[in-house]
Amino acid sequence: MSGGQGRIVTFDNVGLRYGTEPEVLSDLSFTLFPGSFYFLTGASGAGKTSLLKLLYLAQRPSRGAINMFGRDVITTPREELPEFRRRLGVVFQDFRLVGHLSAFDNVALPLRIAGVREADIVRPVSEMLDWVGLAHRAQSRPATLSGGEQQRVAIARAVIGRPDLLVADEPTGNVDPEMALRLLRLFEALNRLGTTVVVATHDVQLLKSLPDSLIMRLNKGRLLDPTGALRYPPRASFASTHSLGGDGE
Amino acid sequence: MKQPPPIAENLDRGATSFGGRAAAALVPRRRISGPVPWVLAIMIMLSALAAGGALALSNLASSARGELAGAITVQIIEADAELRAQQSELAAELLLQDPAVRSLRRVPREELDRMMEPWLGVADAGDAIPIPDLLDVQLNRQASEAELVRLQSLLENDAPNSRIDAQSSLLEPVYSALTALRYLSFGLIVLLALASSSAVWLASRSAFTSNRETMEIVHLLGGADKQIAGIFQRSVAMDVFMGAVLGLALGVAVMLVIAGQFAALDSGMVEGGGFDWHDWLIIAAIPIAGVLIAIMTARMTVVSALRRML
Repeated sequence: MSGGQGRIVTFDNVGLRYGTEPEVLSDLSFTLFPGSFYFLTGASGAGKTSLLKLLYLAQRPSRGAINMFGRDVITTPREELPEFRRRLGVVFQDFRLVGHLSAFDNVALPLRIAGVREADIVRPVSEMLDWVGLAHRAQSRPATLSGGEQQRVAIARAVIGRPDLLVADEPTGNVDPEMALRLLRLFEALNRLGTTVVVATHDVQLLKSLPDSLIMRLNKGRLLDPTGALRYPPRASFASTHSLGGDGE
Repeated sequence: MKQPPPIAENLDRGATSFGGRAAAALVPRRRISGPVPWVLAIMIMLSALAAGGALALSNLASSARGELAGAITVQIIEADAELRAQQSELAAELLLQDPAVRSLRRVPREELDRMMEPWLGVADAGDAIPIPDLLDVQLNRQASEAELVRLQSLLENDAPNSRIDAQSSLLEPVYSALTALRYLSFGLIVLLALASSSAVWLASRSAFTSNRETMEIVHLLGGADKQIAGIFQRSVAMDVFMGAVLGLALGVAVMLVIAGQFAALDSGMVEGGGFDWHDWLIIAAIPIAGVLIAIMTARMTVVSALRRML
């Protein structure tokens, strides 16, 4: 499959199983468009986290093809995958902060890995921590932060590198409604800058707060797409009401 | 609600490599330290001693070989004292005329008596037991087999009871023993290097396991294998460097003490085992090689563990 204009990620008949267990994801075929905002929903055990793992390249599918940023990630040599990952922002469900680093250093980590100079790191990281309301906890270690504060650090770390694709697993699960809305605005701002956003959530209020977003609904490992929004090209009636497209590269 | 901050605008990615204190902080020092510097210190000390021994033996053998390379002994084995003296005289005259002979010394009778004293006692046994005359000859070239045959034929008519031996052949068993000891030392160094690598491999694997979660995060955030391996290499290099310096200092101290004790023997042969400046360079290279081997081992260990991740 070749990566084309107007697509940032394409799944083609993707299946995933762990070991010899039955497939947790089956026959997934969908396209993510640049600058679009997706909510990934489904009951517990539907396969949301497994799908996100495929998106943030923590897992290879058992079958099918995945095209990301115009390249087939299945056949891409392992040595080249870090370049893909640097274009991704990930909010893990369990935050996955580095325990012995401060909040500041956790947020700065993607920039340091990407080779940004130390002098250029201080300002954006400080501003981001200020935005998520943690400027005063910049030097605190994760263990001394509450669950909500840790989650905000994880979100700040995911967006600090201005990724092309942001993948968030239950990003507002541990914060109060006001902070949840605030974090959603951050995702929206990032989305307006061109980042494709995929947020896995159970939060109905969150879904309602962004009526223009697209819904990816998983049921027992299969993707439901009654509107055809996730096809490529999207169903004409859907595309006319959503400004899909743009450069996928 | 205030506007979100400008997100990572105009950041110069790839301007620098991920290193320095920020990268080192990902692996807390306490987790990789421990017995490794001490194990390496012992290994480096033993390697330095083995190398020192090998170099001393090598120098000793070379020195002895060099000194004896052109030395021959001519024995006049004649029971009749008068004939022996006559043949000895003629042989000396003939040899001194030969262009291959640099110097010649007739070993005096008193010196021969002293040499025989442990076996024959202090009494003048020269008359009762015929002792060969000896000519100590130094050639200006190597005392090869062909040279010995040529000189033997030169003496054949005037000193038919002469027998020529290369002095180096007398020490051949000693050279063989020295060579065997030298190989043993090199073998020990190789084994010590393997043992050191194993220790570093275990320490690196243990450190990687302890920090696996952190490394997974770095990996998922786009850290390349070489970046992650570099973090461990730096930690291992710091530990190993301290151990190597300590090991070298201990090894050199022990060598100097042993050298002092051998020097007290005041033996000409032992003097040949002294070190030149390039021998000291080889010994100084041991800790450097130790650090490089440790770094390579750490890198291979971590890269191999990382390859199990996608």
